[in-house]
Amino acid sequence: AAEQGEGENGRCTTKLESMGFRVGQGLIERFTKDTARFKDELDIMKFICKDFWTTVFKKQIDNLRTNHQGIYVLQDNKFRLLTQMSAGKQYLEHAPKYLAFTCGLIRGGLSNLGIKSIVTAEVSSMPACKFQVMIQKI
Amino acid sequence: MSRPPGRKQENNKISRELFVLTYGALVAQLCKDYEKDEDVNTCLERMGYGIGVRLIDDFLARSAVKKCHSYSQTADMIAQVAFKMYLGVTPSVSCSSAAGNEFSLILDKNPLVDFVEELPAERASLCYCNLLCGVIRGALEMVHLAAEVTFLQDRLKGDAVTEIGITFLRKPEERKHKR
Repeated sequence: AAEQGEGENGRCTTKLESMGFRVGQGLIERFTKDTARFKDELDIMKFICKDFWTTVFKKQIDNLRTNHQGIYVLQDNKFRLLTQMSAGKQYLEHAPKYLAFTCGLIRGGLSNLGIKSIVTAEVSSMPACKFQVMIQKI
Repeated sequence: MSRPPGRKQENNKISRELFVLTYGALVAQLCKDYEKDEDVNTCLERMGYGIGVRLIDDFLARSAVKKCHSYSQTADMIAQVAFKMYLGVTPSVSCSSAAGNEFSLILDKNPLVDFVEELPAERASLCYCNLLCGVIRGALEMVHLAAEVTFLQDRLKGDAVTEIGITFLRKPEERKHKR
């Protein structure tokens, strides 16, 4: 029964992620209609961290780290979809449901900018979370 | 989507595009999950209900409105204050029954359908914005007003206008506490 619950949860987060993907694609299309071409991958990630995040969440990503080999970690110390929840451990296990859509948002946005990626997220302490972007070289 | 004036405007307005695209993605996902239009409509209404029962608190806190003393006042409140506050539009209201408990909201503009040109042929009975009906129903229930809320007409379905019908289900005289 626990596995069934997990399966259901997994299907839900998958659906949420793919909804986010669609929206991310649509949003980026509208944002970047009039902007100049991006210089490189890092430029695109900075755009995601600043302009994109500000439009969607009214704030920028607090910290961007990369290994310069296709892995980026975007840290948001006060993620807006988690701020209304208790900051302790109580709802930590439910946090992934609130992150799935945003993972898709990032993946969809990048996709329309020509970047294929895998995006995951983790919360260690509410409301801070990290989004990990792994660029897929085709 | 907006706050009353006098407060910091920026942080609580969601990007219109994000909102509209997200709603569209929600409807699209439900269409994948359910074959029948009626099921999608029911699901949207139920989700809306869940939102409405909570949204009413936000509405009452932010609008600081006084208690409504009639169905007509309530309908006006929904159209002129609530719709304005959350969707930035003001449907026109009219009473459509002699009994005074049926109202019609005509939506001239509706941000939810910004990017929708028409319903796909196989989804002809889809009430795209049915979430709104649930929101209204849920919110009203929390202020002890039972109501049926449905789309009477829908431009997406080829009707001339988009019209939401609100039918209040209990006469004022039957309510226990009269203030």
